[in-house]
Amino acid sequence: MPVDLFTEKIDQNKSIEPRDPMPDDYRYHLIRQISQHAHSEVIGMQPEGNWITRAPSLRSKMILLAKIQDEGGHGLYLYSAAETLGISREEMIEQLQTGKARYSNIFNYPALTWADIGAIGWLVDGAAIVNQVMLQRTSYGPYARAMVRICKEESFHQRQGYEIMAKMAAGTPEQHEMAQDALNRWWAPALMMFGPPDAESLHSKKAFQWKIKRESNDALRQKFIDKTVQQTEVIGLKIPDPGLRFNEETGHYETSPLNWDEFYRVINGNGPCNRQRIEHHKKVHAEGQWVREAAAAYAEKLRTGVLEQ
Amino acid sequence: MDTQLDLWEVFVQSKSGQPFKHAGSVHASDKQMALQNARDVYTRRGETSGLWVVRAVDIVAADLEDSEMLFDPSNEKIYRHPTFYEVPEGAKNI
Repeated sequence: MPVDLFTEKIDQNKSIEPRDPMPDDYRYHLIRQISQHAHSEVIGMQPEGNWITRAPSLRSKMILLAKIQDEGGHGLYLYSAAETLGISREEMIEQLQTGKARYSNIFNYPALTWADIGAIGWLVDGAAIVNQVMLQRTSYGPYARAMVRICKEESFHQRQGYEIMAKMAAGTPEQHEMAQDALNRWWAPALMMFGPPDAESLHSKKAFQWKIKRESNDALRQKFIDKTVQQTEVIGLKIPDPGLRFNEETGHYETSPLNWDEFYRVINGNGPCNRQRIEHHKKVHAEGQWVREAAAAYAEKLRTGVLEQ
Repeated sequence: MDTQLDLWEVFVQSKSGQPFKHAGSVHASDKQMALQNARDVYTRRGETSGLWVVRAVDIVAADLEDSEMLFDPSNEKIYRHPTFYEVPEGAKNI
């Protein structure tokens, strides 16, 4: 009976809210997906944070700080949405730190030069936007609302990245080379952010049935490719794919197959930065413990009337 | 023991005169910290004129199982709608 109510709401395109009946699998699927999304926002602060002290101007430093603060905020919106499904913040952090929960594989790559900051904003945030625009219509209410909020803020991120790339591409030959090199390294990992090809996607079937997902991995990837090729031409860079060609009939760009072995090698722990990302998260989390303890002790004093606020 | 502190729900008013809307939640140990965190997380784009935080445990929500009884639209009470009433011919501004 209660699950029928769920199916009815899904069929009518109504959003599922925290206290509504829902199948356990739906709940677990969402906890896995939303917490992974939240962890990605938070871990994604690391490759960019690495460049705050080395930003080439005060303007770019202010912008980068604001962007990274947004990413932290996006992580918090998402943790807050996941908590409505009955998992605690402590459990999610624990799952991240023990490797039980994942984050987007792309953040296992390092940001080597300033042009990488451009490529991350333009390509990584750009790919994330394509996915997140779809998720604004996902069936779980709190997740959909978090996505609306995130999408509003995200477009500045992509533009700041594109601006960096455009400036460097139009700069000295060395700067142009740096921009091209960053594009060469981030292009394939950005395309892989959409997940494995539809034929191999593990979680997709149910996600469609439940309207968590509304477009397939390959369809979203194609949208991103079509947009990005044009943007690349405008700034005079080259997509690093000799197989790239425009198909007049379909109106879409075609690309060479991606190296999924590399993807699985990295996601299973053997990328350039996997260990560093989690070690850093653990270190900072441990360093903040005294703050949480002090705050809890202060709250206890307020509660017992030893102190007044 | 590690703790992520208490859960607080956040309500934001985007313009003066508008209703407060639920925005999400934050973790904090006391009301001052809750307000500060809510400000940092939910008002970074300067579209806020009011902010409320309330401990999540203090919110009382209607039980979903009672929703039929609680939220019955009472369609049979048609006298609650203005169209139920006859207005004499020629009367204006009513």
